[in-house]
Amino acid sequence: MAAQEVAAQPSDTLATLKTESETLKTKLEEERAKLHDVELHQVAEKIEALGQFVMKTRRTLKGHGNKVLCMDWCKDKRRIVSSSQDGKVIVWDAFTTNKEHAVTMPCTWVMACAYAPSGCAVACGGLDNKCSVYPLSLDKNENLAAKKKSVAMHTNYLSACCFTNSDMQILTSSGDGTCALWDVESGQMLQSFHGHAADVLCLDLAPSETGNTFVSGGCDKKACVWDMRTGQCVQSFETHESDINSVRYYPSGDAFASGSDDATCRLYDLRADREVAIYSKESIIFGASSVDFSLSGRLLFGGYNDYTINVWDVLKGTRVSILFGHENRVSTLRVSPDGTAFCSGSWDHTLRIWA
Amino acid sequence: MTINTLSQDGVQRQQMPCLTKMERMIISMQDPDMGIKLRNQRLLITVIPHAMTEALHIGQLFVKYGYIYPLKEPRNLILKADDSPYRFQTPYYWMSTRWPASELDYAIYLAKKNIRKQGELIEYEKECYNALHKRINHTWDFVVMQAREQLRASKQRRKADRIVLECQEQAYWLVNRPPVSTAHYPPSKRYVKYCEQYQPHDPIMQGCLPSNPWITDDIMFWNMHSETVAVPTKLRVERWSFSFMELLNDSMGRKEFLTYLEKEFSAENLCFWQACEDVRHGETSKIPEKVDEVYKQFLAPGASRWVNIDSKTMEKTLEGLKRPHRFVLDDAQMHIYFLMKKDSYPRYLKSELYKNLLARAIVPQETKKSVFPFMRRQRHSSPSPALATQIGEDDGKGKNSNSVKSNSGTASRL
Repeated sequence: MAAQEVAAQPSDTLATLKTESETLKTKLEEERAKLHDVELHQVAEKIEALGQFVMKTRRTLKGHGNKVLCMDWCKDKRRIVSSSQDGKVIVWDAFTTNKEHAVTMPCTWVMACAYAPSGCAVACGGLDNKCSVYPLSLDKNENLAAKKKSVAMHTNYLSACCFTNSDMQILTSSGDGTCALWDVESGQMLQSFHGHAADVLCLDLAPSETGNTFVSGGCDKKACVWDMRTGQCVQSFETHESDINSVRYYPSGDAFASGSDDATCRLYDLRADREVAIYSKESIIFGASSVDFSLSGRLLFGGYNDYTINVWDVLKGTRVSILFGHENRVSTLRVSPDGTAFCSGSWDHTLRIWA
Repeated sequence: MTINTLSQDGVQRQQMPCLTKMERMIISMQDPDMGIKLRNQRLLITVIPHAMTEALHIGQLFVKYGYIYPLKEPRNLILKADDSPYRFQTPYYWMSTRWPASELDYAIYLAKKNIRKQGELIEYEKECYNALHKRINHTWDFVVMQAREQLRASKQRRKADRIVLECQEQAYWLVNRPPVSTAHYPPSKRYVKYCEQYQPHDPIMQGCLPSNPWITDDIMFWNMHSETVAVPTKLRVERWSFSFMELLNDSMGRKEFLTYLEKEFSAENLCFWQACEDVRHGETSKIPEKVDEVYKQFLAPGASRWVNIDSKTMEKTLEGLKRPHRFVLDDAQMHIYFLMKKDSYPRYLKSELYKNLLARAIVPQETKKSVFPFMRRQRHSSPSPALATQIGEDDGKGKNSNSVKSNSGTASRL
């Protein structure tokens, strides 16, 4: 059989190889499934169900002139930074709903923004392929853009950014298929991460003792875990059926959740090296754009493209609640640092604080 | 709630309330006046209470959960209704205090066993050892170094103490070994445990006292949890006992821990760890000077705050210092981190300092709901974190107080 294959057209061989790879993949999943002894929600059957769940919009932040694309919390638990399609980046005291700073970026579609751990700067970027850091000045007369510092340079759009443990380093992900770690002061690239086969859309830093890994998700349906020191991909997961828009670590750092255009959210366990739960419903057909856990990890909040937020019981795999309010896609969602609330941003130009 | 329902189907349903009850029993069993008789046979050994059915069942659970362990057949975690000797497990290794058992700790334990006596690992342990070696290969040097260091430290103990400690450690791992290979693995337990432990701390799940600021517009909750509050809340202090990382992540916890270490004359460990963090996360340009400072203060022979690192790590670090880079202190930092985690941290949790703080810690009163529901509380502003640097830069000149006007209520235009 092999000899005959060799004589065939190159395209035929490619097709056969493709089919073979698909068959092997299915076989691998079947074998992995056989090794499950007890699924997460089977054990969770013995736990008490959650009572009635009431969460309401407690603040609505109006001020963006166009779609809100990204937001991040300040460590002080009440301030946030948000960015939108019209190039505006705003820093709010979400508690009082006051705007404290505003910057107009030289580009539109500011898809990524992050608050520095010190609370003294914000980072943002998007279609300009860069990530820039703006120190926050309290002098109302000062133009924030004047002190702007260009840090990261990619060859395609910036999809996500976050500071590591200090104001001095930034981790970025890009439409150019790579992630990178940058030194803020010099703008130097400290490490690059190659392995995704398409745009990387999201990333999250691991809350670990050694503080050395992060996870990324991309248009290649893969989620990859990286060692920040060596640049190596140490684990990868490929069970989603479409782009992964958001990844977030479970609070213990042992697992992470993902939200995807395939309308599901999934939980991947790092020690077991496999997917351990899927959060989906037949009635949910629109993609999940962003996910985050409540402080204890019991609840998973997912913002969806059908304008809703679904609240999932992480252990039981069931939906606990569905939150209405936004009038367009929910594009970004993050729980506050002390877990008292979460913030959602939407294409309806607003941000909402829920508690 | 009966304890009997616990161990059905071999699936362990670990509930904190249950463990607390068991621990109360264990403690009273060891009470010198009212507890069971202890008999000295070679070393501290106890005899199991008279075998009535109920007592036997509870006793079985004690063994299963690792509160007592058999001396004759350590791997056989059952309670025999005869004269076989058992020993109480030290509270350091109790399930409630020692969870979660980390992979790294287990790898170090197996490496120790392997080094101590080649071929002492049983089949299951060999499997785990190989699986761990593959998974955390990038930290394996550290694992071996820690194992060697711990073996060396234990050699310096009295033989009797050493034997007891080895038994305690072995018993702990027999009960708590983290499942390593994918074939034998229910991840579910860990999630259930974590969620249950943290649920009282999750404001969305269980509310928070005095109230959730976003709901009542009252910021007392944030004020009570600030870095510099005089008396912390009970939940906050309890959380420090969940893991070493929780303690270090809270600046107040770190301060308390430093105070404790100062009493123990080992404060240089925490200071060294913080200095290493500063190197790792600081500006690239400052690395050489920072590393040099660290060397002078902590590593040089005769340094004022010399840290005790094993010779191999020290050698490797000093070699690396010739060409300082961001990660040059990683090995030494990890070594000191795990030293604190395994040694100082558990002792801190048992110390008077911690216990007193926990006793003094408050449980906030729930804010009463407003009598007039339509009267909204005024939402107070807070100083922007960015203000801190401004004041620093201007040397406290007066102009700052004017430029920072706290608006409240109405939207302000920038």
